[in-house]
Amino acid sequence: MSRLEEYMAKDSAKQLLRFITCGSIDDGKSTLIGRLLHECRAVYDDQMSAVIRDSRTSGTTGDEPDLALIVDGLLAEREQGITIDVAHRYFSTSKRKFIILDTPGHEQYTRNMATGASNADLAVILIDALKGISPQTIRHSYIVKLMGIRNAVVCVNKMDAQGYSEAVFNKIADDYAKIAEKIGLSYTIIPVSALKGDNITSKSANMPWCGDQCLIDLLESAGQEPPSRHDYLRLPVQYVLRPDNSFRGFCGRIESGSISVGDRITVLPSSVSTCVKSVSIGDRQAKTADAPLSVTFTTTDEVDISRGDMIVHDKASVLFGSGYTANLIWMDTEKLKLNSRYILKCAAGTICAHINKIFSRKNISTLEDEPASSLGINDIASVSFSLDASKPFDTYEMCRATGSFILIDRMTGMTAAAGMITSAENPQNVVWHTHSVTREQRTGLKNHRPAVIWLTGLSGSGKSTIANALEQSLNHAGIHTYLLDGDNVRHGLCKDLGFSAQDREENIRRIGETAKLFADAGILTITAFISPFAEGRDKVRAIMPEGEFIEVFIDAPINVCEQRDPKNMYKKARKGEIKEFTGINSPYETPESPEIHIRTDIMTVADSVEKILGYLRIRQII
Amino acid sequence: MNDLSYLDRLEAESIHIIREAAAEASKPVMLYSIGKDSSVMLHLAMKAFHPAKLPFPVMHVDTGWKFREMITFRDETAKRLGLNLIVYKNPEGAAKGINPFIHGSKLHTDIMKTDALKQALNMYGFDMIFGGARRDEEKSRAKERIFSFRDKNHRWDPKNQRPELWSHYNTKLNTGESMRVFPLSNWTELDVWFYILREKIPVVPLYLAKERPVADVDGVLIMADDERMPPQYEITMQSVRFRTLGCYPLTGAVPSEACTLEQVIEEMMVSTLSERQGRIIDFDQSGAMEKKKTEGYF
Repeated sequence: MSRLEEYMAKDSAKQLLRFITCGSIDDGKSTLIGRLLHECRAVYDDQMSAVIRDSRTSGTTGDEPDLALIVDGLLAEREQGITIDVAHRYFSTSKRKFIILDTPGHEQYTRNMATGASNADLAVILIDALKGISPQTIRHSYIVKLMGIRNAVVCVNKMDAQGYSEAVFNKIADDYAKIAEKIGLSYTIIPVSALKGDNITSKSANMPWCGDQCLIDLLESAGQEPPSRHDYLRLPVQYVLRPDNSFRGFCGRIESGSISVGDRITVLPSSVSTCVKSVSIGDRQAKTADAPLSVTFTTTDEVDISRGDMIVHDKASVLFGSGYTANLIWMDTEKLKLNSRYILKCAAGTICAHINKIFSRKNISTLEDEPASSLGINDIASVSFSLDASKPFDTYEMCRATGSFILIDRMTGMTAAAGMITSAENPQNVVWHTHSVTREQRTGLKNHRPAVIWLTGLSGSGKSTIANALEQSLNHAGIHTYLLDGDNVRHGLCKDLGFSAQDREENIRRIGETAKLFADAGILTITAFISPFAEGRDKVRAIMPEGEFIEVFIDAPINVCEQRDPKNMYKKARKGEIKEFTGINSPYETPESPEIHIRTDIMTVADSVEKILGYLRIRQII
Repeated sequence: MNDLSYLDRLEAESIHIIREAAAEASKPVMLYSIGKDSSVMLHLAMKAFHPAKLPFPVMHVDTGWKFREMITFRDETAKRLGLNLIVYKNPEGAAKGINPFIHGSKLHTDIMKTDALKQALNMYGFDMIFGGARRDEEKSRAKERIFSFRDKNHRWDPKNQRPELWSHYNTKLNTGESMRVFPLSNWTELDVWFYILREKIPVVPLYLAKERPVADVDGVLIMADDERMPPQYEITMQSVRFRTLGCYPLTGAVPSEACTLEQVIEEMMVSTLSERQGRIIDFDQSGAMEKKKTEGYF
């Protein structure tokens, strides 16, 4: 083997990682990318000479070459000093090939960030160590999460200007942890200086206090986004080949799963079935082909297959219908017109569609959901839309290629919005077809995640009122709930139990186990019990999957509760008719760090419910 | 899935793009510049529609100043692959005898390339035009879409590009508007060479080093391809090859001994100069490429 052949063999075995870079203006993003490209030897001498020459006229780094100039491509952005569009950069290391989707940080260019993120495996988020977390950081992190990127590397940049201070880094890391938790983003955070080259492609000697991994290590080891999470066949037909009467080939890219000669396949939307006679990749025949290859296949029967059809193995594996809910990012200067027709382009072709409802708009500075009647450029919202005919989709979570779409303005032809399917409305066939049904598959039927919302508080604090109002709102929003309270538990499941400390403990245990079963079944479960002891509540927390036990402290001072006394319990307890009554002659252990804290002495029922709903939305449970 | 090489993935992406454009266009055409990128693009298109022939014509905008070997190669390729080849030359420019040695690279490119292309596109009414440009070639290309919108005057507006998400390409056009489609957007120069080697794609022999008559023209090695080379330059025989191909008076050669593809690639891998370094038009003015693109140059 020659040296070149050896190199080519090694090179072709390299994986490709696409990542976006996001930061605000002056966070040093261009410098960071310039540094990466320069140190990974992706900048030629003549390009570097131009940078050195330009550094003298428009650089900001004095005598040193301004590495940001390597990437500042367009005249307009050089003049304005901002990046105005997604730029693509290419470099490789001995381990991997990389495409950088360099996305702008300026507020008005949110759409470009979403554009870059749509094809990225990973996001690099920059924070300026001099400024700490900015509203842009929250915005960028939220969009990264929204666009389905499961890997983020957060670079706290300009550490040189902060004297490489561990304390400064730790403060920012702590602040960021809170944001990431709220958003539900998993990430790694490292201190860097793009300007001085600390922790970019080699471990910095200036920060011995931080871990061993520099940026390039993290980029080289991060996982790639798989074509789908379910691996079922998704092959949208792009083109039909008919060179002569004897050959009819169907072309398309496998977006998920694989197709093999002999496979029984179904054509959607017609639902016609046939068998695969041949598969070819270009001019080469293959027995089988996997995502993301572009293939041509022929069938054993003469069936009608045309552009826009979707080939699947099993019709039951796909969401199929004409109504969906989706997260939408509005990208056009023309506002969204409700019930107006747009062209929707997705993996399964092009169709007319209209938005019939905006559930809520996300305020991406506060991460709160707000009501909205229209959407303008850069708005992000949860919407319901209808198609002129049924189309197959996946949820974006399961498959990016078949769970996403763009909306096109019929008059101007502009790309008006990008959408990500969250669920089907009135699906025609939502059944996951496998041999043993898993928790995920049950959950997959729902347009929400399961969880246990555990309301705890004194008698009369408002648990039942809030629980009922909450369940009503959730039910109204199409969410499958169940409310466990004294009424339906004490009369059946726990009718053998009294009110002794031991029985009360057993009561809570049973409620906890029951709630867990309900959650396993995919249901959003609400419980409303005093549950006064921290130990009992913590035991339930321990049996639930991480993040699915939501402790809600319904808090009102005892005198307020006693005044309300809806069931005359306090009166009876004061008279000594009830022994071990919580708050009177038995302690209530206040939750130390509940997920949600509701003060019913100062909040209305509606506000309390909204607070819980907000939390559920942020954690993407609903 | 993990067995797929990086080149297989690039190939799959490019084929997807080519099929999408061919399906959505009412009158597609593939621009063929005869260079290595064009050769790869053409090869990918042949794969995309195998065993059928290309469902669109292939067009070469001839400035009249291309290397002679390129023209020979072009005609052989068209014959070998059964292409519907269109050759277009700006008749006014040709009549006026536009000469890069006399009129300079800018005027020559404007009239014989940019204007010629617009004329050809208007004349035939093509709405989707494939080009072999790569994003790693040049800074302004790095920001270009795969499906790049052009207004009625074929102008590119970098500030008003349609966002391009996932692989859902917006191909909506109104009358007179057109789209440039770049299937090789995500390929690098090295990828192109590796693919040529892997797929044994024929390329113009000018890419390989050979003794050729060259002269030093303002610091660039220009090959005297025909008798139109002005006499004032001193021509010597040198072993050179070309990293890019275009009009011979505007395309710099590099001294090289690499006479096989493998040697060229090895030489390129240790090169410290970018491939566009040999192109004179980029040196015309700062931001030259961006200006040309907004004017309608490919």
